[in-house]
Amino acid sequence: MFYREAGQFKTSYASDEAVFPIRQDKIGIIVILLVAFVAIPLFGNGFLLQAVMIPFLIYTLATIGLNLLTGYTGLLSLGTGAFMGVGAYACYKLATVFPEVNILVWILASGFVAAAVGVFFGLPSLRIKGFYLAIATLAAQFFLQWCFVRIPWLVNYNISNAIEVPTRTLFGIAVVGPTASPQVRYLIVLTIVVVMTWIASNIVRGRIGRMWMAVRDMDIAAELMGIRLLPTKLLAFAVSSFYCGVAGAMMVFLWYGGAEADTFNINQSFFVLSMVIIGGLGSLLGSYLGAALIFILPILLRLVPAELGMPLHPATAEHLSFIIVGALIILFLIVEPHGLARLWQLAKQKLRVWPYPY
Amino acid sequence: MRAPSGAGIAAGDVLLAVEGVSLAFGGVKAITGVSFDIRKGEIRAIIGPNGAGKTSMLNVINGFYHPQAGRITFKGTTRKAMRPHAAAAGGIARTFQNVALFKSMTTLDNIMAARALKMHKSFFWQIFRYGPALREEVEHRKTVEEIIDFLEIEHIRRIPVGKLPYGLQKRVELGRALAMEPDLLLLDEPMAGMNLEEKEDMSRFVIDVNNQYGTTIALIEHDMGVVMDLSDRVVVLDHGCKIADGTPNEVKKDQAVIDAYLGIAH
Amino acid sequence: MSLLYKIFFTPFVQMAAAPDLLVQTLWEGLVAGVLYALIALGFVLIFKASGVFNFAQGIMVVFGALTLVGLYDLLTQYGLSIPAVAAFVALGLTIAVMFLLAFGVELMILRPLVNQPDIILFMATFGLTYFLIGLGELVFGGNPKIMISEQLYLPRGAVDLKMLGGFVSLQKIDIAAAIIASIMVAGLAVFFSKTRIGRALRAVADSHKAALAVGISLEQIWVIVWFTSGLVALVTGIMWGARSEVSFALQIIALRALPVLILGGFTSIPGAIVGGLIIGIGEKLGEFYWGPLLGSGIESWLAYFIALAFLLFRPQGLFGEKIIERV
Repeated sequence: MFYREAGQFKTSYASDEAVFPIRQDKIGIIVILLVAFVAIPLFGNGFLLQAVMIPFLIYTLATIGLNLLTGYTGLLSLGTGAFMGVGAYACYKLATVFPEVNILVWILASGFVAAAVGVFFGLPSLRIKGFYLAIATLAAQFFLQWCFVRIPWLVNYNISNAIEVPTRTLFGIAVVGPTASPQVRYLIVLTIVVVMTWIASNIVRGRIGRMWMAVRDMDIAAELMGIRLLPTKLLAFAVSSFYCGVAGAMMVFLWYGGAEADTFNINQSFFVLSMVIIGGLGSLLGSYLGAALIFILPILLRLVPAELGMPLHPATAEHLSFIIVGALIILFLIVEPHGLARLWQLAKQKLRVWPYPY
Repeated sequence: MRAPSGAGIAAGDVLLAVEGVSLAFGGVKAITGVSFDIRKGEIRAIIGPNGAGKTSMLNVINGFYHPQAGRITFKGTTRKAMRPHAAAAGGIARTFQNVALFKSMTTLDNIMAARALKMHKSFFWQIFRYGPALREEVEHRKTVEEIIDFLEIEHIRRIPVGKLPYGLQKRVELGRALAMEPDLLLLDEPMAGMNLEEKEDMSRFVIDVNNQYGTTIALIEHDMGVVMDLSDRVVVLDHGCKIADGTPNEVKKDQAVIDAYLGIAH
Repeated sequence: MSLLYKIFFTPFVQMAAAPDLLVQTLWEGLVAGVLYALIALGFVLIFKASGVFNFAQGIMVVFGALTLVGLYDLLTQYGLSIPAVAAFVALGLTIAVMFLLAFGVELMILRPLVNQPDIILFMATFGLTYFLIGLGELVFGGNPKIMISEQLYLPRGAVDLKMLGGFVSLQKIDIAAAIIASIMVAGLAVFFSKTRIGRALRAVADSHKAALAVGISLEQIWVIVWFTSGLVALVTGIMWGARSEVSFALQIIALRALPVLILGGFTSIPGAIVGGLIIGIGEKLGEFYWGPLLGSGIESWLAYFIALAFLLFRPQGLFGEKIIERV
């Protein structure tokens, strides 16, 4: 009854191709953005921002990155953690070698470094397909992780092999480092993630998105249509790694405040992959939903039983969340392989005809 | 949609010629020493019993398979083997026996995907979309809508093609091939699995494409009625060899062809 | 120039200078290779029969070992005082648990997802991995455990051979592992080629629909296969646990079975063995002789690069069938 597009006609191809063609959707997204940019920093406490919103947004960005590669282009990658790490360490080196340059520039620049590394490890996709290609990404994961430990130059020769984020400012306000407030860091992360989501949305709706999906669905037919496979796949690796690299840089600079050798291990890759699967392969909205579910679940498991008077040991909560995530993945694959995004679409469909059944 | 170019080749001249092409997979000889040509503007049928090597022949023309022997001359240039990208860029488009559509994408996206070769706005503009990239998108959307109109598939524009019935899928695939604005259109059993009505529709589309746009068509088909009605010339393959080449009437009367179809041992 | 010398010359000189060390390294590589091969074997069994790439194979190894140790502790706690009896009762119970696991997987994962594309099944085993990690940690705790090798009468100690100017030390448990693995592989190979069930397994691997059409019960086959694979995983877990310890880190090491599968092909039992040996020996030699050039710990990625190099030249692996795509 409320969610209908009756009376909304498109009079040009451009408006037909818009992201949110239905007016209700346009209003909805504006409300969400208002809440995100204004309400949350004003009313949310430090814990909400530091432990929930900032990491959720960072993981969403990484999930979008992996989704572009695996969901849209069909190239399974188990190296997400390593590519995030490349971004993080690149940002650290750039920030410490050139301290005068604005840190935000370096956060974005580290994406390019990650993209270059991603392209290098994507080269085998010329000859190798499917599961076998996943091996190349595993090679990347373990090799790069080894590099993070074995190349002292990366951690500025710190003996403990850990890196700590130095303080950097923007317009006089500390944005990075121990003194940066959660609100400031949250707004920066939010802005970067929103802008990069918009860019991802533009790319996948245009010719590049179609090329990627064509390669995923039937690469032979795509090739015979004139789509060059290697450049298309390498572009997917590049863009995906860029997103993961920026996410990694933000993870270290705007969330943890530091990193250790083990931060970007294979479990990180699995973590992001599970978000992609549950959220829905090939869906940007799904990336948000999947990241939300998988990231917030362990937090809920810690908070809710405590509120109800039966607190769980934190380790137990973590083990339970593994069990639940595993079961959810299987459940989703059985019931709705296209993940939360498709469930949302179905819900919208129901809303459009509500209160009628069909 | 504009008429194909065919750079300097007049109607009636040879557009594509295969000479002495042989193709084998391990021990299996798919094609042995086949030569024929296709003239610009004609509809050329390739027929033969199952396993004769017809689809393999199309795959060779496309550049998907590389023959062990022989040459292919397309638009005046002779090569030992085509490369898929060169074939597509040169103006060869095709449909497949087992509908090779991008199943998760909509009809519109499938056909728009075929415009990839013609869309040039770089990655940089794609990031912003509004501006040059969107303008290019709209421009190509217009062309694609003309094709959708021509094939009468407006009502299924936004449906993922995986959900469409087989006959419509074949039509969408034809649309996708047409979107490449090809000089040579290779159709692999476009009427397979269709009822009489659908066959008539498809035949009409094929003839219209040939008449209106002057597209040269090479067509693999089993339905003899369709072959006789539509094609200008026919080449007959059997067990990988060419056994007849000529107008439909000549081929119909050829003894070797009759033997092949009736299965006389040789 | 000096770098080229270091890469292509020095290691071989070192090998020749201390041949007993070379044999020792080769032996270590062989043993590691045998264990990788066993894990790969588990993959191959399941892939051959259900077309599923079981990402959870590694965690099954850990889970099997953990269950065994956990049950043993439980039994001795509740009065079963004779260690050997407790050990074998625990073993029997663990085998039952692995059967239940196979049964559960067939019922909850394979049956609902029959006929889905392979990637969906792969992701389901990915979910299974998460599930088993959580379950294992919840029930048994995350601390490393000691395998009950003594109680199972697995040999301890080493055999020292004097040879080639020095001596080579072979751990008895490693010899036992190699022998047990060989017996298992031979048994499985015979099972697949000679028995009725083995034939049925191969039929199912080829085509579910066709197998159904000739009356083969997919459910039965899958339970059998996952159970067998679970047993292989259990044996692997026992052997591996006996050599070092039982911990969740093993699950990551189990990922090294993937390069083994690449070399050996996903459907070949002999391939898993050969691949395992190549990777195991290659890894150890690389770590020992070339490792110092780059820094230690190259074992963590060397196997993958070996596999990658093979893939670039032979995309279908050493034993795999060349995939001819038809349009």
